[in-house]
Amino acid sequence: MTETLNTYRAGPDENGHFGIYGGRYVAETLTPLLREVEEAYETAKADPAFRAEFNNLMTHYVGRPSPLYFASRITEHCGGAKVYFKRDELNHTGAHKINNTLGQVLLARRMGKTRIIAETGAGQHGVATATICALFGIPCVVYMGAVDIERQKPNVFRMKLLGAEVVPVSSGSSTLKDAMNGALRDWVAHVDDTFYVIGTVAGPHPYPAMVRDFQSVIGIETREQIMAAEGRLPDTLVACIGGGSNAMGLFHPFLDDDGIRVIGVEAAGDGIDTDRHAASLSGGSPGVLHGNRTYLLQDDDGQIAEAHSISAGLDYPGIGPEHAWLHDSGRVEYVSATDTDALDAFQLCCKLEGIIPALEPAHALAHVLRIAPDLPSDHILIMNMCGRGDKDVFSVADALGVEI
Amino acid sequence: MSRLEARFAALRAEGRGGLVTFVTAGDPNIELSVEILAGLPAAGADVIELGMPFTDPMADGPAIELASGRALAAGQNMVRTLAMVAAFRKTDNETPIVLMGYYNPIYAYGPEKFAADAGSAGVDGMIIVDLPPEEEAEFSIPARAAGIDMIRLVAPTTTDERITTLVENASGFVYYVSVRGITGTSSAAVSDIASNVARIRKQTDLPIAVGFGIRTPSQAADVAEVADAAVVGTAIVEQVADALDDHGVPAGDVIGNTLGYVSQLAEAVRSARDGNAL
Repeated sequence: MTETLNTYRAGPDENGHFGIYGGRYVAETLTPLLREVEEAYETAKADPAFRAEFNNLMTHYVGRPSPLYFASRITEHCGGAKVYFKRDELNHTGAHKINNTLGQVLLARRMGKTRIIAETGAGQHGVATATICALFGIPCVVYMGAVDIERQKPNVFRMKLLGAEVVPVSSGSSTLKDAMNGALRDWVAHVDDTFYVIGTVAGPHPYPAMVRDFQSVIGIETREQIMAAEGRLPDTLVACIGGGSNAMGLFHPFLDDDGIRVIGVEAAGDGIDTDRHAASLSGGSPGVLHGNRTYLLQDDDGQIAEAHSISAGLDYPGIGPEHAWLHDSGRVEYVSATDTDALDAFQLCCKLEGIIPALEPAHALAHVLRIAPDLPSDHILIMNMCGRGDKDVFSVADALGVEI
Repeated sequence: MSRLEARFAALRAEGRGGLVTFVTAGDPNIELSVEILAGLPAAGADVIELGMPFTDPMADGPAIELASGRALAAGQNMVRTLAMVAAFRKTDNETPIVLMGYYNPIYAYGPEKFAADAGSAGVDGMIIVDLPPEEEAEFSIPARAAGIDMIRLVAPTTTDERITTLVENASGFVYYVSVRGITGTSSAAVSDIASNVARIRKQTDLPIAVGFGIRTPSQAADVAEVADAAVVGTAIVEQVADALDDHGVPAGDVIGNTLGYVSQLAEAVRSARDGNAL
């Protein structure tokens, strides 16, 4: 069925479409603003001074490149493929999110914007945005679902320490999608001075492409690092997917390499066959939300369903439009892992590797643990360890019935 | 002549601006919502905007979002919204009804099927907040074929160049969103509204309705003096909410509250240009 394309890296088209996905489904008030962001981004991308400033801070502030680490004990445990972790959890602020917030805040400054807003689920994107805003002394307002505020208290406090205002959103399911509604409502009311830093490869054009570009540093570094370590490209890439920015960052530079198997892992919550999961591709259908057409969790009437995952960062009923397109085109496989799978992987990673992973990449690891044992010992598998789990220890303790 | 054309022509002949009233279909429950809709023309609504409830109304403030939530909880869906319009049309074949909402429920229904069903139910126009001209072809082509006007929104941030694109295939009327923000929050100065209406008027002969931030009878009257119609939404929806208890159950006179407020708005709008004439 699937037709092989010459390239999977050419999108989006000039209107922001990846096949039928993406686009710019926004209220008229925001249209001029999005064009402004798009033009500014195109100019910045081509400007050596912008790239130099970005690269300099990526090196000296974020701490890139992040290591590519051979996870010998996980490898030994699985008894199959050689498992590598791309250590994006070692970035400043503890996740891949800062790659993107640095890029977008630099762009906002170039555009003369004096106020930054963001949405956050797990709080990682909020912390990464607040961090860069602190670095440049720009006021920062972060919208966060009231439920997420409760389960991610350490990150809420971090954002406040960094000088950000955290605005609780208590509509809908009070999680990431509602936080995004809150941020969009703020933006439409403050179009002149405010820049909206979207945290994932979703939203209206140009965000999905722009966030992908900033996150692609993950895959670009990985190519160089695996060539240095193994003298060849990997056989399999695995990353977790909520909106899908860490996965897109790792995958995109490899999409045109034939023979590399690329796997995205969605959050299956209590299971795809229940109504409590966050797997838009495996358990959803195409629709339009938050400025783009993509796969969504929804009912027959087109009402958006609530997503469920133990991981606040994956608790979103949609997914980036480029993932939707890669799914339909068959280039990337999308699978899922349940809360229980993720919790098991989380604990195993702590014990075997001395790495406390975030619950988000614990989903990716759960799938690695499923497939690695059956792969040959010369098979190179790279998983994106996109965040550290310090923020999750309370949720995990709670799930395991441990009182801290 | 379409119902919208006829209505705006009649308003012009009367020498007054019109009142466009917004209510959410299914709010506070299906039965009362049907009654509210039926009573709007007699209360003085010249054009009815009927909100299609959606879980994630990103351009709306809390009042309309809560109304959406009440309607969905009461079991409202797209099929029922069209059935409400069809039932209304049995007794009123003149008052234009414009459906307002977000694209996803239409996309889930099937854009072509929705256009056909809306046309046969007696819907006159569509305002889809998150469906700009660049993305609308899959819906607008079947909608126009079904005799439905695609109402375009113009915002304060819209450039003159962009207005040209927006009015190109517009019909029915043009909706000027008078504030930078969501529904039911701030209000724009009448002078600001007037200059923006003039800016749009340069590029189209279509009637111009102005909405967002118009709450009181006097504000509605002021706007109806400088535009072809004033749209009131949040303030009407709040009348519904005010007659409910904390659980959203009717505790007061929902119909009387709501239609009574619409009458006050209508009276103010109708007397607006009398003052000018004197």
